[in-house]
Amino acid sequence: MTKTRSLASALVLSVLALAAPARAQDPSAPDQLVKTVTLEVVELITKDKEIQAGNRAKLIQLIDAKVLPHFNFPAMTALALGQSWNKATPEQKKRLTEEFRTLLVRTYASALAAYSEQKLDFRPLRAKPTDTDVTVQVRVMQPGAQPVPIDYSMEKTAGGWKVYDVMVGGVSLVANYRTEFNNVVRESGIDGLIKNLASKNRALQSSGLEKK
Amino acid sequence: MTRLLLTLALACAAAGCASTAERDPRDPWEPFNRSVYNFNDKLDQYVATPVATGYRKVIPGEIRDRVRNFFGNIGDVFIGVNNFLQGKFEDGVSDWARVAFNTTIGLFGIHDIATDMGYEKHDEDFGQTFGRWGMGSGPYLVLPVLGSSTVRDGIGKGVDFYTDPINETKPFEARWGLVVLRLTQTRADLLDASRILEEAALDKYVFQRDAYLQRRRSLIYDGQPPREKDPEDEGADKDRKPAAAEKEGAEDDKDKKPR
Repeated sequence: MTKTRSLASALVLSVLALAAPARAQDPSAPDQLVKTVTLEVVELITKDKEIQAGNRAKLIQLIDAKVLPHFNFPAMTALALGQSWNKATPEQKKRLTEEFRTLLVRTYASALAAYSEQKLDFRPLRAKPTDTDVTVQVRVMQPGAQPVPIDYSMEKTAGGWKVYDVMVGGVSLVANYRTEFNNVVRESGIDGLIKNLASKNRALQSSGLEKK
Repeated sequence: MTRLLLTLALACAAAGCASTAERDPRDPWEPFNRSVYNFNDKLDQYVATPVATGYRKVIPGEIRDRVRNFFGNIGDVFIGVNNFLQGKFEDGVSDWARVAFNTTIGLFGIHDIATDMGYEKHDEDFGQTFGRWGMGSGPYLVLPVLGSSTVRDGIGKGVDFYTDPINETKPFEARWGLVVLRLTQTRADLLDASRILEEAALDKYVFQRDAYLQRRRSLIYDGQPPREKDPEDEGADKDRKPAAAEKEGAEDDKDKKPR
């Protein structure tokens, strides 16, 4: 039970990293990028009265602007699909990536909304300067509970460092979707998965509007 | 507790929930597990969630922290034992130092001063100890009320339960009061996460199962599990590179946006 709790709080905070090109920092330092973006986003959400009052649309806007540019969604979607990705047409890949992104952003917004000023511990990066694939570690400190590790798997691309997976308390987000996605693909094909994700997103959107 | 598990396993065998084709090899008892899961889910929906929500509304966060610390302190005793059993003596000593400081200066554990002193809280239990000793997890198993588990972790939970200091509490009413309070606190801490799960998952059962299995594996190795040799992983890994190249065009435009 305690494990689940820390996992939970971690999920809640997985969100808090990533945004805004860290121009002042060394571009070859992905850990600096995570830190800058996390602190910026945390500051923005704790100061914004509308977001604090539960304005979900505004929060999603903030994530879009600050966090999303640092995620590599096609890579995440490809990883989550595993081998089925190769069987998808370019059009299907595009749709899948869009729907998956919408779902993740919404989940992120919920997690961010639950953030309540826990302390963050940014771990020093253990990587060589020549590495193009690194793990940036952040730990969320909580009173009376084990710190929750959040690991960002990041890859160096022409457009800067991009996150392609987030591990919260040892649970890889991308790996966790793989079984689900493959079950749906096996039953109803790639188009079935696209439909499934789209209707999930629509349902979330309408339920969100009712609540807020 | 252990007896309950055995009964469950037998009931499962009798009901014929042995593995059939197309089933996840880690979860051969899926139909049985799903029915327990659905039962738990209803119980959660109609009892645990309303109680925990009410608790969180009524009790200030400050007090809830004290309650969490209090039970956390009790838990540290056997977290230490498990660290010793796993040969992690330094961690075990640290856990017991936590208990010593928090029970005294921290007033029976309601203040977690040990964390501020640099003694970090750990997360250990008998299921992890058995895993560390080389025992495989066995099939995934959903326990009534307790939820996600595996055969190994179920046995571990049995031992956890048996050694739980709360079970020694007398009188009987006080013991159950503590048990209920601890459950409520735990569920309240999970409210945000369960809502997120609800939103994130296409199939909650599968999502929760996979997260549990990943999480336990990570815990057994204290966050440093060896890489799994999963053919699917290798395939996916190869997929990543072209995907990374593919998106460059689209992502580039975004990066040029002013901050």
